[in-house]
Amino acid sequence: MGLEEKTYMISAIVEHKPGVLFTISNMFRRRGFNIESISVGASEQPDLARMTITIKGDESIVEQVIKQLRKIISVVKVSLLDPRVTVARELALIKVNTPDTKTRSDVINYTEIFKGHIVDVAHDSLIIEITGDEDKINAFIELMKPFGIKEIARTGIAALPRGMKSTIME
Amino acid sequence: MVLMSGAKALLEALKREKVKVIFGIPGGAILPVYDELFAETDITHILMRHEQCAAHAADGYARASGEVGVCMSTSGPGATNLVTGIANAFMDSSPIVAITGQVPRALIGKDAFQEADIIGITTPITKCNFQVRSAAEIPKIVKTAFYIASTGRRGPVLIDLPRDVQTEEAQIEFNDNVELRGYKPVYDPHPLQIEKAVQILLQAERPVIVAGGGVIASNACQEVIALAELLAAPVATTLMGKGAVPENHPLSVGMLGMHGTVAANYLVQDADVLLAVGMRFSDRTTGNFKTFCPNGKIIHIDIDASEIGKNIKPYIPIVADAKRALQAIYRQLLEKFRKKERSAWLERMWELKRMHEEVVKSNDGDGIKPPALMVEIRKILPNEAIITTEVGQNQMWAALYLKVYKPRTFISSGGLGTMGFGFPAAIGAKVACPNVPVVDIAGDGSFIMTEQDLATSVAWKIPVIVIVLNNSILGMVAQWQRLFYGRRYFAVHLGGIPDFVKLAEAYGAQGIRAQSIEEFRRALKTALNSDVTTVIDVPISSEENVLPMVPPGQDLKNLMLS
Repeated sequence: MGLEEKTYMISAIVEHKPGVLFTISNMFRRRGFNIESISVGASEQPDLARMTITIKGDESIVEQVIKQLRKIISVVKVSLLDPRVTVARELALIKVNTPDTKTRSDVINYTEIFKGHIVDVAHDSLIIEITGDEDKINAFIELMKPFGIKEIARTGIAALPRGMKSTIME
Repeated sequence: MVLMSGAKALLEALKREKVKVIFGIPGGAILPVYDELFAETDITHILMRHEQCAAHAADGYARASGEVGVCMSTSGPGATNLVTGIANAFMDSSPIVAITGQVPRALIGKDAFQEADIIGITTPITKCNFQVRSAAEIPKIVKTAFYIASTGRRGPVLIDLPRDVQTEEAQIEFNDNVELRGYKPVYDPHPLQIEKAVQILLQAERPVIVAGGGVIASNACQEVIALAELLAAPVATTLMGKGAVPENHPLSVGMLGMHGTVAANYLVQDADVLLAVGMRFSDRTTGNFKTFCPNGKIIHIDIDASEIGKNIKPYIPIVADAKRALQAIYRQLLEKFRKKERSAWLERMWELKRMHEEVVKSNDGDGIKPPALMVEIRKILPNEAIITTEVGQNQMWAALYLKVYKPRTFISSGGLGTMGFGFPAAIGAKVACPNVPVVDIAGDGSFIMTEQDLATSVAWKIPVIVIVLNNSILGMVAQWQRLFYGRRYFAVHLGGIPDFVKLAEAYGAQGIRAQSIEEFRRALKTALNSDVTTVIDVPISSEENVLPMVPPGQDLKNLMLS
């Protein structure tokens, strides 16, 4: 449609019960929406979960995604997050090779600069926990690559709007 | 709170929803419910011969009556046989509740005998589905299922009931409240959007209204007619909207789309304002999305927000119930509207409508020509008769040439295009409306897909009439092979098998063959006066095309007329 492709963040409050994640991911698959990440976890209410979805597409696609999400009965509320007033964070666990003391101290130094934590220490590897926005995590992973990354686990983005008035589409 | 079994609770809950009929087939995993049905007097269970037909019958019942249709099956193959019928109801927004047996809770996930993950399978083809986890949940789930099926944009809901939940004794409480935080259909239109729509309609020089199935669902037919008359706007309908306006109304121009009438297709393409109500711009309706109504401002009214902008981006979106939105528009228009000189636009409409009549005439000649047959059927049937169709050429001939005068008297598989739908749907419609004739316009290819339920219609004395346009071929497929595949006919010849007269007789139904229009008239009159299901076999040429036709993906004006 000639519209600009961007990454959008959508926050959805959904019923916390079996099958909801299946229903939602099945809808994305069936409609051919291109999801970059989904994260799900508890929300402030015990029977509701919050889902953060990042999606690449143009404005008309993101509008359809939101409408299709709202149509699902177990989805209670959907908001499009405005990146200018949204806090978005991701957590990553990265296992890095550290065969000698030199690499080990380099990795620890970088981790400190990035305000990460060493959460596991073995003879020849470390696990680093790092949180931040996507760019920060990508930058840290790039930095670790030359040392040899063994494994990565990323949670996907969790996001909340700042302050009170914060969503574009209610 | 009353102590009772899950099966008993289910029947009590269904009765609270005023369910009178269940179309179904029993099996191991649903037997406790059938055991309760044994002594049940308020609900009639109609034993079908295939679960697909149970779902289609529930669908036909729902469309004819406007109420929720109910079908039931056992687990596994019984449940999967329902799937086509559920998908069909989903595509056409028909309110049905499907109840399936399931293996006992402890066996779920163990690949038990006759276990199928019907919740997983039907998630994309239901509005919502539920697997019941305890007998105590049954009243609330049944209440919620009927509420969801029959409100907002209507559609199918499935309840999956493990066998041990049916036998579980529990303290049961019935409550009429439904609480759904994630489901609040919008019925009232936004006043600002109505104002904008009125402004656009006031300026319209060449207005057209397109009425879809939503107009019938929301009972907004009078509102469409009133608005059309006020604006002097031609009204086209989608296949699902057929019957929303009486097709003998001077402003009715018939169906638009791939097999639209000349008038509907040309007027929609030439409109400067298009008021689209309760329709979803399906590809079969719009032709090429990019060239649809190229110079028109589109006002789109639909109760499902996700239909707005899905295929066609409207100039003015209105998310609302069709009836309420049309009433609001009408009220405001009435104050401000000055009757406009529209003679040129209406003259164009009359000229185009005459072209459509010419197509019927050009089909005159030797043998029985389907367009002429449709005109003949209409002459004989009373206006309130319900017509169902199968899918393919039979369906499009009926849509194009059989005029319908009342809502809910034309029942067809629109979105899914399910061959075999018309006959079981006719059974369901006849159960809902026992005092009107119900006629299935069929092809030989479609009818054979569900003809086993002749047994149901005979055994239960549900007399319907099946008119088989018998061209010994899969007609619509053959038409595409003829037009787009260089006449390389393949896998379409049915060989004139079976003999439909003998087939009908084998089931204890009446079979009549009609070789001429005169014989057909006699046959249809005989059928109408008969209290047993009648199959009228009407041999037609296998070379017939449904015309007009817009080749797939093309502009609606690219109509092939011959």
